[in-house]
Amino acid sequence: MIAMMWVRSTMTYRFSFAMTLFSNFTATIFDFVVIVLMFSQVDGLGGFSFAEVAFLYGTTSTAFGLADLAMGQVNRLGRRVRDGTLDTLLVRPVPVLAQVAADRFALRRLGRVSQGLLVLIWSLVMLDVEWTAVKVAMLPLMVVCGSLIFCAVMVAGASFQFWAQDASEVTNSFTYGGNTLLQYPPTIFAQDLVRGVVYVVPLAFVNWLPALYVLGRDAPAGVPGWTAFLPPFVAAACCLLTALAWRTALRSYRSTGS
Amino acid sequence: MRLYAAVAAGGFRRHATYRMATAAGVFTNTVFGFILAYTYRALWDERPHLGGYDMAEALAYVWIGQALLATAGLMGGGFEDELIERIKTGDIAIDLYRPVDLQLWWFSANLGRALFHLLGRGVVPMVVGAFAFDLALPSRALTWPAFLLSVALGVTVSFAVWYLVALSAFWLMDGAGTAQIAWLAGMFFSGMLLPLNVFPGALGEVARALPWASMLQVPADVFLEKRTGWALVGAYAFQLGWAVVLLAAGRFVQSAATRRVVVQGG
Repeated sequence: MIAMMWVRSTMTYRFSFAMTLFSNFTATIFDFVVIVLMFSQVDGLGGFSFAEVAFLYGTTSTAFGLADLAMGQVNRLGRRVRDGTLDTLLVRPVPVLAQVAADRFALRRLGRVSQGLLVLIWSLVMLDVEWTAVKVAMLPLMVVCGSLIFCAVMVAGASFQFWAQDASEVTNSFTYGGNTLLQYPPTIFAQDLVRGVVYVVPLAFVNWLPALYVLGRDAPAGVPGWTAFLPPFVAAACCLLTALAWRTALRSYRSTGS
Repeated sequence: MRLYAAVAAGGFRRHATYRMATAAGVFTNTVFGFILAYTYRALWDERPHLGGYDMAEALAYVWIGQALLATAGLMGGGFEDELIERIKTGDIAIDLYRPVDLQLWWFSANLGRALFHLLGRGVVPMVVGAFAFDLALPSRALTWPAFLLSVALGVTVSFAVWYLVALSAFWLMDGAGTAQIAWLAGMFFSGMLLPLNVFPGALGEVARALPWASMLQVPADVFLEKRTGWALVGAYAFQLGWAVVLLAAGRFVQSAATRRVVVQGG
């Protein structure tokens, strides 16, 4: 309902909404244009072809876009903690997380999801993969689990802001940064970085590990091949841990009183 | 003049207060610097001397970009949100009463902000980048002041663009749409994602002629000593030209807005 309210409110400024939707779509396209420009100069990047990079791009962008649509607003939490308006949410009979997520719900973020899906579909047409039932099932699984993992990271970042208050940019480096990272093949990065993305912040499960399986390539950095099937478990674990972090953070919240 | 210097100092101090946000910004710039540096390395591995840069220059370009991202407000985040908010709520009426020039006031405040971000969010990522990667650094001492002058001109052009964007709120009431388009153009046409020298054909020609080129591409080329002698003078002329044109446009729009637009009541 709160989300609907914000949708109605943005619709009041129709012209502005049309522009934001359009620019949200194009903003994310430009991301991909950069990859197109790179491939206009080279044939492969880190041993990966254009279609394969497009596949990586499409899977992470769609997953990230969905997470951004659902939870993208939680990084405004720091501001609410700072100016004390969070208190309003605490007295309402609706879970705080749902309210924070719906706060200034931005329908324009559909732009990113649709753009990611377009690139994904296009890459599937271009890709030369021997499809099996498992590989086909892997596609929706990647998008769903991937967006759950991104959601978990966003909420974890928001929980951190109960203490840090105006450090929302740190979360951005994991969410937007992670999204950018996953658009490129793992072979071009330092292997320590790749390991960090597997074992510390489990972003690699969003697309790298399952995607490499779909593409029939070896998993990076000495990670065993069966990890490609782990995303549902990783996503579940992330959500659980994040829920705990969120509860703890909310319990320890002290209003600024202003 | 003293007044505007005080405003600039105020802008500097104000942003210096947000220590946590600055630390978070430094962290983010560093993370993105690493990601971009690796992708550039893969690209320049395949095609050495792409866009006239060698590997060390391409990597230096990445970190200059991270240093100037907040400084020149390539993706916004300078002053425009606040100005748009004041126009939306009608507080702008109070500003217009004041015996100061609106454009110069915001310009000074933004200059203070830019200087803080150059020091606060620019130097640390650059140093980290220089330790992690083999970067090309200026060989002549004079390149440093030449670079800083070019950055200052880039910040001026950036201000002029964002000022126009913010003033659009006088007519549209909600500046979010124009701000997003400007953000988009800033990200792509400043050369933040890929140097404009790498853009192929006509796209490259156009991108290098647009005002956004003066915010990152031109200062970076000055830093990398691609522009020296007369080419350096040409670079300054390019930046100055856009600054004058856009500031004049801002002045024109400002006078049109204050004459014709009914201020929102509050």
